Parts: sequence; structure tokens; C-alpha cells
Amino acid sequence: MTTVLEEPKLEVVEPKTIEKVSIVVSKGSLEGVYPALIMANGARMDGIEADLFFTFFGLDAIRKDRYEKIKVATVGNPGLHMPTMLGALPGFSSLVTRMMTRQMEKIDIPPIPEFIELVADSGVRLYACKASVDMFGLTMEDFVPQVEDIISVGEFYAKAAGSQVIFT
Amino acid sequence: MTTATISATSVDRDAEGFLTDPQQWSERLAEEIARENGIEELTERHWLVVRFMRDRYLTTGSAPSIRSLGKESGVPVKELYQLFPKGPAKLAAKIGGIPKPKGCI
Repeated sequence: MTTVLEEPKLEVVEPKTIEKVSIVVSKGSLEGVYPALIMANGARMDGIEADLFFTFFGLDAIRKDRYEKIKVATVGNPGLHMPTMLGALPGFSSLVTRMMTRQMEKIDIPPIPEFIELVADSGVRLYACKASVDMFGLTMEDFVPQVEDIISVGEFYAKAAGSQVIFT
Repeated sequence: MTTATISATSVDRDAEGFLTDPQQWSERLAEEIARENGIEELTERHWLVVRFMRDRYLTTGSAPSIRSLGKESGVPVKELYQLFPKGPAKLAAKIGGIPKPKGCI
């Protein structure tokens, strides 16, 4: 015997807004750090909660001794459309970084130290990844005061409950 | 675009509630828009930010970034977020009767 199954009704689900983002920053180059900061700041500007989790070389963005010296990667960066050998010349990375920083200043994007302060003041929480901190032999002393804590991956996921995780 | 009647005056607003004509704005209207967006009372500090946003838009044609808002309005960034938790630049623009800020910063 066959029975006719009722066709299930399709429910229209309204798209929900994003309430929270958790952004992982894994690269220590200028082009690795800026997108994360811009996205975190942009989230706050729209009333979205945001956490930043710095791991591996991304830690450079919150290290007192390095965060003023973040540079554009000029070697192995096809986006620059320049021969790799040129990119490897001494001082070339600094030159490109200066040019980009000047362009960004024109459109009101702050340098990294000021940007870190801006996002922290905006309510973004900054964390350092424990595994990377241990690997590089660092402590809280090495980080800028805006960093709230050194946390494990598990703690990161716990804090990221209900949020969109973005990896940069 | 919709026409909403606020304080018995009709004003033109976009889908998100931003005024499409800054000239239709009034202080009374600002207070109503603030209440609609969860700010029961506009304090002097709120007004400082709202007026700064509006003046800047009317003189330059674009709304300031959160960076210059924090540096030049006289209200630091931390306090901006306390005053307008759902986003200072956008909410102050809405209350100030100017279009939604377009910048990423």
C-alpha cells in the first residue's frame, strides 16, 4: 500500500543579523594585520561584538617591541606586481610600507599602534594565543596594555560561542 | 523611501530610518529618533556628538570617521560607545538627521 506523504511546507526564515565576530590574526605583515583591525572596528561601528585572537606572527601586532614596525611583505607577494628580486632588496619593504601608510592616512586609517588603541577603546577584546606565546617564550609583559589575557584555543572557542569565526 | 510622521511633522526617511533631507531635521525630531533607538534622553554629551556629526556633514558633505569623531568632537572613543552602544557614528548620524556614514573606519 502506498500513502501519499504531505509535502513539507517551506518556512521562510528571515536572515538574522550577525551579533558577534571572533577574528583570528595569524600573520604579522601589514596586509595581514590591517584587514583584521578594520573588520573588528567595523563590527563595533555597527554594534556587533568583536574579539581579536592573535596567534603565531600575528602576535607582532600586539608586541610592544614590534607593533610599530609592522611591514608589508614584499617578497612572495604577487599582489605588488613587482619582481620578487626587487622586493628582496634592503629597505624595499620599509619603502613600500611608508607609501602604503601614507595612502591609508589619507583615507583616515590610523597607524597600527593608534588602531589597536582605537579598537580596544571601542570595546574589542584582544587576546594572545597561549601556544604561540609559549613557543616564542613571551609573557604578558611583552604585550601592549590593551591585551586582556593569554588564552588557550579552548578558551578562545568558549568565548566565541555564538559568534562568526574569521581567520586572517 | 518612506514618509514617517514624527512629532506631527512628516519627514522622509530611508529604509534604515536615516533622514533623506537634512533640512527636515529639528531638535525635537532628534529626541524622537533617539528614543526610537533606545536612547531615552539625550544628554549634553550626546548633543555634543550629534551636533559635531551634523556640522561636519553640512560643511564637508561627508560624515566624520570614528577616528576623527573620537579625536575632534571632544568626546573620547570609549565614551562614544557608552553614549551610543549600537554604534556611535551611525546612530549619531541618524539622530542628527544626516545620511548614514559610508566610510569603513
